[in-house]
Amino acid sequence: MADGEATYQLPEQLSTSAAQVDWLYYFIYWLSVVMFVGIVSAAIYFVWKYRRQPGVKSEPTGHNTALEAGWTIAPLFLLVLLFHWGFKGYMEITVAPADAIEIKVTGRKWGWSFEYPNGGVSGELHVPVNRPVRLSISSVDVLHAFYVPGFRVKRDAVPGRYGMLWFQATKIGETEYYCAEYCGASDAPTRNDQGEEVWSGHFSMHGRVHVETQEAFERFAEELNGPHQGESLEQYGQRLYRENQCFTCHSVDGAPGTGPTFRGLMGRRETLSDGSTVLVDDAYITSSILNPTAQIVQGYQPVMPTFRGTLRERQLNGIIAYLRTLH
Amino acid sequence: MATEVAAPADHGDHEHPNINYLKAGKGVLSWLGTLDHKRIGIMYLVSTILAFFAGGVFAILVRLELFSPGRTIMGASTYNHMFTLHGAIMVFLFIIPSIPGALGNFILPMMLGAKDVAFPRLNLLSFYIYVFGAIFCLTSIVSGGVDTGWTFYTPYSTTANGSVVFMTLGVFILGFSSILTGLNFIVTVHKLRAPGLHWKRLPLFVWGMYATSVIQVLATPVLAITLLLLTMERVFGLGVFDPALGGDPVLFQHFFWFYSHPAVYIMIVPGMAIVSELLATFSRRAIFGYFAVAMSSLGLALVGFIVWGHHMFTSGQSEYATMAFSALTFLVAIPSGVKVFNWTATLYKGSISLTTPMLYALAFLVQFTIGGLTGLFLGTLSTDIHLHDTYFVVAHFHYVMMGGTVMGFLGGLLYWWPKMTGKLYDETLAKISWGFVFVGFNAIFLAQFVMGSRGMPRRYYDYLPQFRPFHAFSTVGSWIIAVGFLIMAWVLVKSLLSGKKAPPNPWGSAGFEWATESPPVHFNFKEVPTINRGPYDYHLATEAELFDGFPEEKAEESKDEH
Repeated sequence: MADGEATYQLPEQLSTSAAQVDWLYYFIYWLSVVMFVGIVSAAIYFVWKYRRQPGVKSEPTGHNTALEAGWTIAPLFLLVLLFHWGFKGYMEITVAPADAIEIKVTGRKWGWSFEYPNGGVSGELHVPVNRPVRLSISSVDVLHAFYVPGFRVKRDAVPGRYGMLWFQATKIGETEYYCAEYCGASDAPTRNDQGEEVWSGHFSMHGRVHVETQEAFERFAEELNGPHQGESLEQYGQRLYRENQCFTCHSVDGAPGTGPTFRGLMGRRETLSDGSTVLVDDAYITSSILNPTAQIVQGYQPVMPTFRGTLRERQLNGIIAYLRTLH
Repeated sequence: MATEVAAPADHGDHEHPNINYLKAGKGVLSWLGTLDHKRIGIMYLVSTILAFFAGGVFAILVRLELFSPGRTIMGASTYNHMFTLHGAIMVFLFIIPSIPGALGNFILPMMLGAKDVAFPRLNLLSFYIYVFGAIFCLTSIVSGGVDTGWTFYTPYSTTANGSVVFMTLGVFILGFSSILTGLNFIVTVHKLRAPGLHWKRLPLFVWGMYATSVIQVLATPVLAITLLLLTMERVFGLGVFDPALGGDPVLFQHFFWFYSHPAVYIMIVPGMAIVSELLATFSRRAIFGYFAVAMSSLGLALVGFIVWGHHMFTSGQSEYATMAFSALTFLVAIPSGVKVFNWTATLYKGSISLTTPMLYALAFLVQFTIGGLTGLFLGTLSTDIHLHDTYFVVAHFHYVMMGGTVMGFLGGLLYWWPKMTGKLYDETLAKISWGFVFVGFNAIFLAQFVMGSRGMPRRYYDYLPQFRPFHAFSTVGSWIIAVGFLIMAWVLVKSLLSGKKAPPNPWGSAGFEWATESPPVHFNFKEVPTINRGPYDYHLATEAELFDGFPEEKAEESKDEH
């Protein structure tokens, strides 16, 4: 296999620790092939050689203590070796270097958000190449797990806890990340802002890690704290709607989803689950995003996770500006 | 020589203990109220086969949905319900009760030369508890469904919509059935062995069932407590597992796997136990290393209790725990390896006949070896981090559970079928169905190993185009195996309707259960047998004698063999 290229069994090695994991993987693989071929070919040979023939009887089973002790004890040495290599590799991918950049990863049904060291928050994961990056992973609702096959790393996102993993990406480009812990799905599809049917759930919590130069990474993090250059506040809000995957539950075409549609929402008078009514204005939108279960519109379930700590004032303003454009 | 074994409870449902058990009572009531272990075994057999069929249909539908990316036949939410039902039904309604409940109930007392299990009434109760639990589980389908996966991980399971409570209470109830069966078998093995059947002559099937029973009795209560706590949290908001209520979701995983890892051995050890019987009978040779094979079942039962944390390497348990669990997990390889090596050595210088049950035993040997070796990738920490929760794990445990236990179950079913029904079946057709099952099974799950190591996470409704060829291949495999099972169903139905009458010992086995009529009389043997030899003493008989059952005169000669 060429240096770090994808093989038939494993994806391309894109982090500094991938090579040692793959080496051990292939060691176990060839060990297994040897054992398997040994056992199965012996079995097939015996089945053929000692097939039942008229007049030929089986030989009584004897004892061979040395042989039995041998195959009980010999594997122990191999197993200790496997444990040792596996544990050594595990410590390497578990203990992050002290100078690692920390990115906070938050899982929610059904998307991820990433908070960068400067406080900027995005639905996209960008990391600099050739720098150790430590992900501090948590969840606001149920269990999720953050998994990047190209880096050979995975960690559960447990609500109320922080899990850690780290990697050092070795190649500029993009690679897939996934949610690896089952976390359900929406009951019905919604439509995204292009009008396409979208199913959301565990399986849709994947995306791409953007590995880029240090400069590009810094520029990306810088721009997080507001609209891009030349982007209006409304466009900024629309981008946030997409990046934070609001479309999972809130359509913009009037179709009801898990939550009320955003179309014509601003200025509407909604009946709440306790029978009272409320005028949808800036204050109601802000409170619904930060404290979503407080005032539920009648006919909907209190299932929306809070975006407190994820969306800040400038971003809330962007979303409100975007909502005003949806008549 | 004493000829009286401890008498089982008065059966009441017989008038003539020396007539065929199928004719010992008439009508539905004689079945529903029976205390005969054989009839209870048959009722378990019918129920678990129905469960296997239901679980299989869900599996076929799940694979069909995954044939192509995006929506194929169902929505995401339906898909989640389907794979949950597949897992829950297969684990709790089929694989755990199947071998002990059906084949164990029927065969174990006969192997011991006993008239029945130690507590026949308890045995019937445990069957009805199973039925009651199964009804609870299946009620959840019509009362909102369950989409949590068979593992019920919190806090998803305590917050998700649907009727999780029906399912968890159903599994809670099923646990009692499992515990009572285990208890019954332990006492039976200790107290009801026929005269002369000392521990070193115990058939390996009995050793395996004994080890399984120990796990059932010790581990199942933990599952019961866990599911009860989960139910209390869901219904009354008791904060145990949900961090929003002050609980700890990782605690649930510890509790759950403290049962469910030993449960893996509740599932696989009976399969191994059957394979030992099959290899001995069809090689006409005692299992090589009898004592090691017997002890390795107990070894697996014990080691199985201390490795649960290997399901949680990425969960955030302490790194020290992770280290310890990885090291302990490798210990499982020793008794598993011992079994495989001894089985292979048994074939050496045997007289091997490739009957259908033997083909299943060999399929077990091949597939369990793959299942076991791929376990090494998962016990090794650094490689597990990559493979955890991917299709690699799905393929690994299906190679053990289906490639192992189900093959053992089918092999055992076809092996003891003539004994249980008194009918022979069409071996040619049965071998053809084996071919479909073998090819289909390996097609399904070899493809899943590759997609898993390439990074395809499990329980995904949709997937990226790069995984398409593997998913499609796997789905085609599921069609092949479905054909295999349909042919087998036909073989068995045909045997019941028009099968030739089976002789007492159609395979020429030296096992004790073959030394009586097919089907057996109500109390199994017309007289309490006195055991003067081991169950695998083939070297004392001519071929002609084996087909008429093992001769008593010959047995005397082997008295001091052990």
